[in-house]
Amino acid sequence: MKKTRIPSTKGLSRRTVMKAAGAAALASALPFPALAKERVIKLGYVSPQTGPLAPFAEADNFTFDMVKKAIGDGVQIGGKTHPVEIVVKDSQSNPNRAAEVAADLINGDKIDLMLVGNTPETTNPVGDQCEVNEVPCLSSLAPWQPWFFTRGGDPAKGFTWTYHYFWGLEDIIAVFLNMWDKVPTNKSVGGLFPNDGDGNAWGDAERGFPKPLAAKGYTLHDPGRYQNLSDDFSAQISAFKKDSCEIVTGVVIPPDWTTFWKQAKQQGFAPKAASIGKALLFPVAIEALGDAGNNLSSEIWWSPSHPFKSSLTGMSAGDLAGAYTAATGKQWTQPIGFAHSLFEVAVDTLKRTEDIGDRKSVLDALTKTKLDTVVGPIAWGSGPVKNVAKTPLVGGQWRLGGQFKYDLVITSNETATNIPVGGDMQPIA
Amino acid sequence: MGGLYALFATGLTLIFGVMRLVNIGHGDLIVLAAFLGLAVVEATGIDPFLSLIIVVPVMAALGYGLQRGLFNLTLGRDILPPLLVSFGLSIIIQNLLLEIFSADSRKLQVGALETASIRLADNLAIGVLPLIVFLCAIAVILGLQVVFYRTTLGRAFRATSDDQQTAQLMGIDNRHLYGLAMAIALGVVAIAGIFLGVRTNFDPSIGPARLIYAFEAVIIGGLGSLWGTLAGGVVLGVAQSIGAKLDPGWQLLAGHLAFLAVLLIRPRGLFPRAYD
Repeated sequence: MKKTRIPSTKGLSRRTVMKAAGAAALASALPFPALAKERVIKLGYVSPQTGPLAPFAEADNFTFDMVKKAIGDGVQIGGKTHPVEIVVKDSQSNPNRAAEVAADLINGDKIDLMLVGNTPETTNPVGDQCEVNEVPCLSSLAPWQPWFFTRGGDPAKGFTWTYHYFWGLEDIIAVFLNMWDKVPTNKSVGGLFPNDGDGNAWGDAERGFPKPLAAKGYTLHDPGRYQNLSDDFSAQISAFKKDSCEIVTGVVIPPDWTTFWKQAKQQGFAPKAASIGKALLFPVAIEALGDAGNNLSSEIWWSPSHPFKSSLTGMSAGDLAGAYTAATGKQWTQPIGFAHSLFEVAVDTLKRTEDIGDRKSVLDALTKTKLDTVVGPIAWGSGPVKNVAKTPLVGGQWRLGGQFKYDLVITSNETATNIPVGGDMQPIA
Repeated sequence: MGGLYALFATGLTLIFGVMRLVNIGHGDLIVLAAFLGLAVVEATGIDPFLSLIIVVPVMAALGYGLQRGLFNLTLGRDILPPLLVSFGLSIIIQNLLLEIFSADSRKLQVGALETASIRLADNLAIGVLPLIVFLCAIAVILGLQVVFYRTTLGRAFRATSDDQQTAQLMGIDNRHLYGLAMAIALGVVAIAGIFLGVRTNFDPSIGPARLIYAFEAVIIGGLGSLWGTLAGGVVLGVAQSIGAKLDPGWQLLAGHLAFLAVLLIRPRGLFPRAYD
């Protein structure tokens, strides 16, 4: 009995499967709109979910949930509803790994469009893979110079498959200068530039900080490149003291900034303004300074008071930040808006794609984007190079008190006057 | 600075000295201790230094457990298996911390003490915190010195380190002893972790970067020598400061150069423990 039953059930089940498959094939061939399943569109997303860059990816799941809800059954393309799938891969904060998973997404998952953000260490290797494999790639969250020039971009030719939106070094310099102009100082600036991609770009005599600062009457004292994760900044501090610097700037990783700032206090070095890139991006980094972080200043690319709305959900920037806090119990961070906007542009591009399934057609729609997103209007064509669109950048200070331990207050908006300021620039007490 | 490096390195030198085990996961254990301190401080609201009362025993217990349950199984003639296990441990700790505490970079707060300093001359000030760290490093090493050279336990440690088989013949349970050594080492690691957390930010992935200084301090000082480790830490710290005075780019390089110079001139370190 047993011996005969087992093979027979197996045979039956295989037959049922075949039948079901046949029925499914028939059903999909039938012209019932309700049953018709359009091709699933796949969006690839590479993100540093683990490793040192992981704070950037903290809002990933929040963003995916919101986007999935907004898309619902799918995106309307040419009168048909295509379901959308987001395929996420972890770059482990490692550029080589990022390139590897990007190739996986392209060749294995056969994605229609690649989305990537969160520092040049993620955007560049993924962009290069897309360029080689001829897949449209939309990126953000990396200043455009390290994205464009580090990848060997030629401003005359540009790239074919990779498009980027963010701000550039020229914007952050303008923002910092505007902030410093509001504080009476002796215009002597101390620079902290590490020996890494960002530090070398910022400190570069031609393309970096020195020239624009000199043009506005500021003198930059640059003691030289240091190594990241230095445990001792007394040499820089005594150099700044000797040159009586009243402003400090630089692009410093958070642990180094904590070390520097603590040591500066120990050694009695008290600048009136400190505008730092990178280190002051996330609220946890500023909370690490205790009360000593009050009035430190930083660039702001997105905040809840940016007067923009999501094209996907209709939420304002403030609503989006509020939803994040409600969902996670954490304070908003700047990458939230940009991660959301990547999907805004992606969905908008898909909607305008004439021949979905053809990568060239997707690319064509992407290049013609003109969209008001939660981070501002995005349209390529008027940027510094053809593949780069710029989003507005303002500056602000971290202030004690308010809803969270520290709140980021916009104090300088000369570069984008449509973004309201939240307070006056104050010297560091 | 040297004091902190010495604290980092003391645990490493202990483990190597007694068990001939190179612990790649040492840096991550330091970060683990810092996160434990953070958890204790957040849960109870006590001062980070007071949290040592809890963190040190917890880490010591963890060390004993790790040694009995994991490292003892791998120790043998071959030095490679324990090395690989400690490497795996390093990765496991990193990812556990990432899972539990997220990737946020954190810090332990001790308020005004962090920025307090003692003015020695017009242009010379010593931070109170670095001073505490340095004194603490000396105290820890003094304490270990006493344990190692004045107690029966210390004699057992030294005996096992010198000749494991003979020590066993004399009735010493080397597995238990290794567990104790690891417990003491992780107790020191706990102190180093808390001081690291007070001094600067830490996140789950920062451990390996701290490991190299510990290694260098150990090698400069001479393998297995406690006072040598302190000297190694100080040499490393001073070399870095001098390098930074010349050019900030030379800060870390100067430390590495001092390390290489010691290796060239005295390959066994400044104060080698024994010629074996």
